[in-house]
Amino acid sequence: MSDLPLIQADRAVEPPAATTTSGGRGRRLRLLSRTDRVVITLMVSVPLLLVTALVWLPALATVVLSGTDWDGIGPLADIDFVGGRNYRDVFTIYPPFVPAVQHNLLWLAALFLVATPFGMFLAVLLDKELRGGRFYQTALYLPVVLSLALIGFVWQLIYSRDQGLLNAVLGTDVDWYGDPGVNIWAVMLASGWRHVGYIMLLYLAGLKGVDPSLREAASVDGASEPKAFFRVIFPVLRPINIIVLVVTVIESLRAFDLVWVVNKGRNGLELLSALVTQNVVGEASRIGFGSALATIMLVVSLVFITVYLVTVMRGEDR
Amino acid sequence: MSRPRTQAEYLARLVPPSVAGLNRRTLLAGAAGAGGLLGTGLLAGCGDSDSGGSGSKTVSMGSNASDPTPKDVLAKVSGAFKTSSGIEVAINTVDHNTFQENINNYLQGKPDDVFTWFAGYRMRFFAERGLAGDVSDVWGKLSGFSDAFKKASTGDDGKQYFVPFSYYPWAVFYRKSVWQQYGYQVPKNLDEFTALANQMKKDGLIPIAFADKDGWPAMGTFDILNLRINGYQFHVDLMAGKEAWTSDKVKKVFDTWAGLLPLHQPDALGRTWQEAAQSLQQKKSGMYLLGLFVAQQFNADEQADIDFFTFPEIDSVIGAKALDAPIDGYMMARKPKSEANAKKLLEYIGGVDAANISVQTDPGTLVANTGADTSGYSALQKKAAELVGSATEIAQFLDRDTRPDFASTVIIPALQQFIKDPKDVGGLLTSIENQKKSIFTS
Repeated sequence: MSDLPLIQADRAVEPPAATTTSGGRGRRLRLLSRTDRVVITLMVSVPLLLVTALVWLPALATVVLSGTDWDGIGPLADIDFVGGRNYRDVFTIYPPFVPAVQHNLLWLAALFLVATPFGMFLAVLLDKELRGGRFYQTALYLPVVLSLALIGFVWQLIYSRDQGLLNAVLGTDVDWYGDPGVNIWAVMLASGWRHVGYIMLLYLAGLKGVDPSLREAASVDGASEPKAFFRVIFPVLRPINIIVLVVTVIESLRAFDLVWVVNKGRNGLELLSALVTQNVVGEASRIGFGSALATIMLVVSLVFITVYLVTVMRGEDR
Repeated sequence: MSRPRTQAEYLARLVPPSVAGLNRRTLLAGAAGAGGLLGTGLLAGCGDSDSGGSGSKTVSMGSNASDPTPKDVLAKVSGAFKTSSGIEVAINTVDHNTFQENINNYLQGKPDDVFTWFAGYRMRFFAERGLAGDVSDVWGKLSGFSDAFKKASTGDDGKQYFVPFSYYPWAVFYRKSVWQQYGYQVPKNLDEFTALANQMKKDGLIPIAFADKDGWPAMGTFDILNLRINGYQFHVDLMAGKEAWTSDKVKKVFDTWAGLLPLHQPDALGRTWQEAAQSLQQKKSGMYLLGLFVAQQFNADEQADIDFFTFPEIDSVIGAKALDAPIDGYMMARKPKSEANAKKLLEYIGGVDAANISVQTDPGTLVANTGADTSGYSALQKKAAELVGSATEIAQFLDRDTRPDFASTVIIPALQQFIKDPKDVGGLLTSIENQKKSIFTS
């Protein structure tokens, strides 16, 4: 089934290719019929238009608005520009900003160093065709199917200080969601629980696609299991590894839902995304100030995106 | 941010109360957040539903009464309005918090002819920005409202923009049976209050139940201490940004609070108000400063056991006559599709008949119209009405009396910071003042 579109595509390309060879002028042009050119123009312009309208224009508008003190009410002509005041305020007198940056970095580190490797590890285990593998697979993937809002709900049952499962079982009195020194870890555990399942499934799909003869060859050559994995399988899975890496970075930058469900990103759970939402969305409507925060987040994201693109392109050149 | 009215009335009984703070309202608020990020107002979309042209027999109403009891009240009121006037009310109910968070988009889009809102700064702000309709002529036909309510409905230009419907006071609630068991007396001043709380501690109770996970309940504590220590006018000026947060007066509020904080339930920042109210209901706590809606967390057979007193006097010059009693009511859109119908509806809502329906249907609030037949009130409601009636000044609540951006992005984190670490009041107040200056000048 899956290679059906490929066949159709091949057929679709053939007839014009035949007609163009009989033409007379410049080689490049001759390769493309009029239909081709229309199709290509559409294929380039439609996504370009969408990306511009839905990504770049809003991003640009955010940057412009970050220089204003707009409260979201009244015509655009009434907007006053205040220069860099919003940015100055963010860095000097806005107490949640520094913790938010720290928490975002912590989030990235925790997902990258703990959750992602653990998910990959589980995938390798499940790839071994254990008895009941399907069951484990489903159990581990279940959190991914649930919405993060629901996950927040489930974990609240566990973490509640007075009535939660965890304190009841451990006999402790820890304020899991309220203590600002503890709650970020509690929330990251909940978020990691979901992330592990996601990574596991992605990686498992990759592992299933590895040619079994590679493993056989490795074992015939006397490579141990770990050695075979790190020297043979892992390099072969490079495309999946990159996807996993990107997913991890994206997940940590857009971490928001869980924190928002717990306490709207306050009191030890500050994240850049939550601060943007607190300011822009809702009654507050500090559009200008929130846009300044969003712009800072954009810049941080751009750093990661640039690093990623550079790495990927370098890899392709080789 | 808003004080839920009959939130999770049934949910709270089915699931652990820890969950009650996290029900569909929170989920929807999150969804609204996502919608808002995309630049679309959920409400703006809802408001588009056409409800007939002018001259027709319909009027549309945007309602935040998403909880069962208030929703029921509104349905009955609109039913009675249809019977008396022949005009159909198309009610467009939106989740309470979602409504509040999207109000800016909603009012600038195509709002319903009449919509639910609160008295206070935000009402006057919408009036000033031309986002609400003048209903002064409706007020000419209304009777039964005290001057305080009329004042609370008046914009900065002296015209009325709001029709009050219901309200509820904030007070210190307790269980009569617990107090009888230990022989506690209602305290007359702060010293007696502190002594009582210490006695409760000795008796193995949590003296003052406390929760601030959602950020707004602590505002009630700040408000009442500020009203008792500095008086109503200072509250108004402070909320308007005219007084400095770094002043000794504000510092004294926080110092007094810091003295009381060890008598409050610990680890408040992870607890919802429902959980704190349940500690009172389960007789683990001695008292709880909250709105009248605390009664929702009690079973039907326990309602008669609930009693309250207004927070005691701190400064004898100031007295103990001011309190927070937020007023809920209705406003008219700037350009209603049918202004005549909208005004007729508002007149009906402000009238005695609508108030009587509320008395019969909703035991959780008090009706604003004094002409209503309040013989259906419970003992608790009667006492609450007396308390508000005897108040010299009525404040709305911190987040209804000041700019919403200041309340939500500055005051909530600041109060939570104070609860976490009550020692560094000076640094905290400097931080509030710096942010206040930036916000209030914009």
